[in-house]
Amino acid sequence: MKGLKNPNKGYFAALAFDISKYKYIYLMLIPVLLYYIIFHYIPMGGAAVAFQNFKPAKGFFDSDWVGFKHFEDFLTGIYAPRVIINTVLLNFLNLIFGFPAPIILALMLNEVSHNSFKKFTQTISYMPHFISMVVVCGMVITFVKSDGMITQFLTFFGMEEVNLLSKKEYFRTIFVSTTIWKTLGWASIIYIATLSGIDPNLYEAATIDGAGRFKKIVHVTFPALVPIITIQLILRIGRMLTQGFEQVMLLYNPLIYDTADIISTYVYRRGLEDMDYSFASAVGIFNSVVNLTLLVSANWFSRKFIKESLW
Amino acid sequence: MGLLHKKTLGEKVFDFCNYSLLILVTLICLYPMLYVLFSSISEPVQLMKFRGLLYKPLGFSLKGYEVLLYNPNIPIGYFNTIFYVVIGTALNLLVTMLGAYALSRSGYKLKKLFTIAIVFTMYFSGGMIPSFLLVRNIGLINTRWALIFPTLIGTWNMIVMRTVFAAVPKSLEESAKMDGANDFIVLFKIFVPVSKATIAVMLLFYAVGHWNSWFNAMIYLRDRQLWPLQLFMREIIIANTMIGNETGAVLGDAGEGFFYLEEVIKYATIIVSTVPILCIYPFIQKYFTKGVMLGSLKG
Repeated sequence: MKGLKNPNKGYFAALAFDISKYKYIYLMLIPVLLYYIIFHYIPMGGAAVAFQNFKPAKGFFDSDWVGFKHFEDFLTGIYAPRVIINTVLLNFLNLIFGFPAPIILALMLNEVSHNSFKKFTQTISYMPHFISMVVVCGMVITFVKSDGMITQFLTFFGMEEVNLLSKKEYFRTIFVSTTIWKTLGWASIIYIATLSGIDPNLYEAATIDGAGRFKKIVHVTFPALVPIITIQLILRIGRMLTQGFEQVMLLYNPLIYDTADIISTYVYRRGLEDMDYSFASAVGIFNSVVNLTLLVSANWFSRKFIKESLW
Repeated sequence: MGLLHKKTLGEKVFDFCNYSLLILVTLICLYPMLYVLFSSISEPVQLMKFRGLLYKPLGFSLKGYEVLLYNPNIPIGYFNTIFYVVIGTALNLLVTMLGAYALSRSGYKLKKLFTIAIVFTMYFSGGMIPSFLLVRNIGLINTRWALIFPTLIGTWNMIVMRTVFAAVPKSLEESAKMDGANDFIVLFKIFVPVSKATIAVMLLFYAVGHWNSWFNAMIYLRDRQLWPLQLFMREIIIANTMIGNETGAVLGDAGEGFFYLEEVIKYATIIVSTVPILCIYPFIQKYFTKGVMLGSLKG
């Protein structure tokens, strides 16, 4: 065995030995590592353009360094409050309304005793997940025009006959409703599957103890969901500031920037439309760092108080 | 629930409300799609004048679909999308499997470092602008590869697959290695066949991802000949620039008063682009639960 002759002459010799011993594993990892280096780690380094006055003509290495200037400009500029508030608010509303919705749907379906009805409802509710965001947003835009189906329906309830996406006060409602419509059924699958795994003996025991249906929902069904809800919640908070970009990009328009413009759409416009690469990168880094902080805090909080965590 | 018992009044009320609400949810999920379908086969002029909810098509006309036949963008978009879905998904799966297998093996020195470096990218990224500059600098811009390489691996998928591979019984691998098989043979002859269901789920996730993607195409592809269907869709149903484009020119005199067709065209486009995915829907449905539960595995 070669293993007995492990030369143990410092780290690199040991590494060379390791690579020859596991050569196929390292061979498999080549394309994988190349991908992560090129498409993840180089851009992380490239994010240093945020500290430069990057000029494509000069290139990365010859552009002037300006320190935190762009961060200061962003945070003291007039758009920072708007985009930060909108990002947090849209995601927060999504969390408040969008997060419990699939849990409630799962609990409701769990109380249905007609299997074919249950199956049918599930099948239909998953469907929107498979309709692309472009089409979903296209449908929303068409439906909320002044003569659109949704606007016309709402006029029965006293809504004015206008393009709802031209009024900034309606954007948040439209955004959250669209998200819920698209994700409700799909997001409920995980809860439904968890519920179907509950030991029937637990229900029998609860019945013997005299628990009615509501008591069983509160004391047996819901507690079974708590661990999975916690994990989903942490993941959700960890994606807080990166969610919703495509949806906002497709739905918004300059009339409603006041309520619709979020950090990532602002990055897109400043960076890729105005080609102000350095400034936009700075805003992007700000977004990534805040996002990571949120995730780490949520995970820490959960590990400490609920004993569930991602790592 | 097991024993037969008479339902109390409270339970009956509960059941009634529960079923009614669920029927309402189903209707809300289904109706917008039905509305689009009805509109797409309605008489264009009637549809334009109509306000409110549709319960059936207004008259019958395939005008919207006819006009689409003249739009060269639809076949171009379809062809490109199929290319991105097939080639993209195949490469996604191949590299994801290689990475998942390597990360599921133990013993080699750099495993921990690689795992941490890879997982870290799920939570932190350089952002949109540095990624764009990179793709431009390495010359992928305005090529098909710009939609394939930057999304080569879904890290979450690879980590999930690693967890599945790690659970394959050791004995299978050991006996193959006794027979002189190397890791590539073990992966493709043993691990892939025993993890078929997981791979099917990954295939579904990657393929749907390619089918739906539009943003990368928008920022990386200037050449319309390379555009995927979703980008043309965006132009037709969101940016609304179809009128006066190729189609109007092709129709010539028939394009006169073309604006009244605008709505049916939009609806027909939605149907044409969405039906294929909804057609395979019944066949993939059995994988949904499996797929979502895989996602909840902890690494």
